Amino acid sequence: MHNKPSLAVELGNLPLANPVLTASGTFGYGLEYADFVDLDSLGGFIVKGTTLEPRQGNPYPRMAETPSGMLNAVGLQNGGVDHFINHIYPRLSNITSEIIVNVSGAAVEDYVEVCRRLQPLDRIRAIEVNISCPNVKQGGMAFGTTPEGAARVTEAVRAAWPGHLMVKLSPNVTSIVDIALAVQDAGADSVSLINTLLGMAIDVERRRPMLSTITGGLSGPAVRPVAVRMVWQVAKALSIPVVGLGGITSGRDALEFIMAGATAVQVGTYNFVDPAATARVVTEIEDYLIRHNISDINELRGII
Amino acid sequence: MKKILDMQVIRISIPAPGYAHIVLAADSPSELPECTPGQFVQVQIPDHDTFLRRPISICDVDPQEGTLTLLVRDAGRGTRNLCHLSAGQTLNLVLPLGHGFSVPENPDSSYHPLLVGGGVGVAPLLYLARAINARGVRPDVILGARSAADVLLKEEFERVAHVFITTNDGSEGVHGLVTDHPAFKEEHSVIYCCGPTPMMKAVAAYARAHAVPCFVSLENMMACGLGACLCCVEKTVDGHLCVCTHGPVFDINALTWSDHA
Ligand SMILES: Cc1cc2nc3c(=O)[nH]c(=O)nc-3n(C[C@H](O)[C@H](O)[C@H](O)COP(=O)(O)OP(=O)(O)OC[C@H]3O[C@@H](n4cnc5c(N)ncnc54)[C@H](O)[C@@H]3O)c2cc1C
Ligand SMILES: Cc1cc2nc3c(=O)[nH]c(=O)nc-3n(C[C@H](O)[C@H](O)[C@H](O)COP(=O)(O)O)c2cc1C
Ligand code: FES
Repeated sequence: MHNKPSLAVELGNLPLANPVLTASGTFGYGLEYADFVDLDSLGGFIVKGTTLEPRQGNPYPRMAETPSGMLNAVGLQNGGVDHFINHIYPRLSNITSEIIVNVSGAAVEDYVEVCRRLQPLDRIRAIEVNISCPNVKQGGMAFGTTPEGAARVTEAVRAAWPGHLMVKLSPNVTSIVDIALAVQDAGADSVSLINTLLGMAIDVERRRPMLSTITGGLSGPAVRPVAVRMVWQVAKALSIPVVGLGGITSGRDALEFIMAGATAVQVGTYNFVDPAATARVVTEIEDYLIRHNISDINELRGII
Repeated sequence: MKKILDMQVIRISIPAPGYAHIVLAADSPSELPECTPGQFVQVQIPDHDTFLRRPISICDVDPQEGTLTLLVRDAGRGTRNLCHLSAGQTLNLVLPLGHGFSVPENPDSSYHPLLVGGGVGVAPLLYLARAINARGVRPDVILGARSAADVLLKEEFERVAHVFITTNDGSEGVHGLVTDHPAFKEEHSVIYCCGPTPMMKAVAAYARAHAVPCFVSLENMMACGLGACLCCVEKTVDGHLCVCTHGPVFDINALTWSDHA
């Protein structure tokens, strides 16, 4: 009766030992957390947003605490794809769990070129494409805010990337289902949602915005109900797997997303509060299954 | 190795209005990891409401006793909660974080350091002064405060250093800023500094003008404290660097501060 329940899930063509991944930009390259978490105990981890060229990101201040969450305006600071390939990737060689690279770009060609350069890395079997980036050639409007823009990036990347293609959706849209359907039709293997919600906070004593960029991305438990709702809507409409994230702090929170239809989840901002959160979420999901006498996590997916 | 550690408040005192001096103990001394001067901890505020941890400097460590001391200024909701803790309460910390001050292993006779602290910025300097003293050198320390009532940790510093005081209102020591003290202009081989940014900039400008090596401890706002979120960056000659991992202590030559404070 008390056999260990099965946590293994299949994200389309990508099998994962368990459904817990980390959210891009909140877990560095994994190594930052190696003192707190056995990285191999996770389903996988999604590294920092990677662009074609190195980026310095936005000026300080880049963050503000908000009720049950935070705003950030990091602006995709990263060393560029070649830096990842030459300096980070070799340091990840001992890790057995899935390493997923989050890809960002200012133009469709940039996404494609990043994918082309990542292709020879045999440990990278999946990428997550961040379509919340501003399209510099189209007046800076994010690719992911129209079905056409989202489809254009997805199609171009699909042609350049034979591995698992996860597309990360922006919640800052009128109908996320329409965007998700466009991404599915354009060849994505899975979608992940949600990226941060556009927000703003003001320091009233100093009478100025908290962030150098005035507006920024809201994350943390504050966004979870919005994220669960969107995952539920998208999972109902799509035939490809959905990865749910937004404010996950515990196994209980992760199960909300799974019951809403997610095949896997990502833990983001809460890594800052509890650096051991990811491994704890895995254990708590397992404990839940044992407590409810469920032998396989897949039995719970999409039950709502 | 960094760890997440529960520590118990064993003593808390109010050295000056709006400040708290908190002594924490690990369950056993062996649980407390080795910490170096200038490193910091990320404290979970035990109010179930403040979301992110707060970075606080390591003010002192006693490895034999397994104790760690924090000096906290009430600057907002989180630090106010810390100032109102009582003995027996538990705090959850992530530690030790960042790169602190470097002190020569075997200082020779040319090593004549000056430590300059303003307000709660004196916190990391106490552990530093002790470490320098343990290597056979009694450093000079200038403590800057608003008034006599705000001078922090004076007795503790006096045990290991030559202490000089400046106050903004002249109620103790030299009337003025830390840079106004005659001891500040004496010859020193290195300056270590922590305090409000304008003070650190003034000290850095002097050090640069006189070609004295100078290290400052920055207090940029942090989320993770681990180099993962990239929220705490400082603009440096090598681009944006994380204060939580490259710092909090920086050589002033790495910073892009202008010479005019
Ligand atoms: C490496 C490091 C070491 C520090 N050491 C100490 C110490 O030993 N003792 C001590 O009392 N304080 C220290 N600080 C500052 C302390 O972290 C902040 O005062 C604290 O985070 C403010 O939180 P709060 O909830 O009380 O205030 P909030 O309500 O969050 O904010 C109150 C005000 O403080 C400012 N603030 C918020 N976070 C920070 C921050 N991280 N740094 C500076 N200002 C901030 C806000 O802009 C706001 O104006 C240190 C900071 C860093 C980065
Ligand atoms: C500091 C920070 C940096 C982030 N950087 C990225 C990024 O580079 N690429 C990306 O797709 N999402 C990025 N995100 C968004 C997260 O991956 C995630 O979608 C979002 O924070 C919601 O999840 P959470 O509430 O669990 O954090 C970032 C979030 C934070 C807080
Ligand atoms: S606080 Fe997250 S990188 Fe420094």
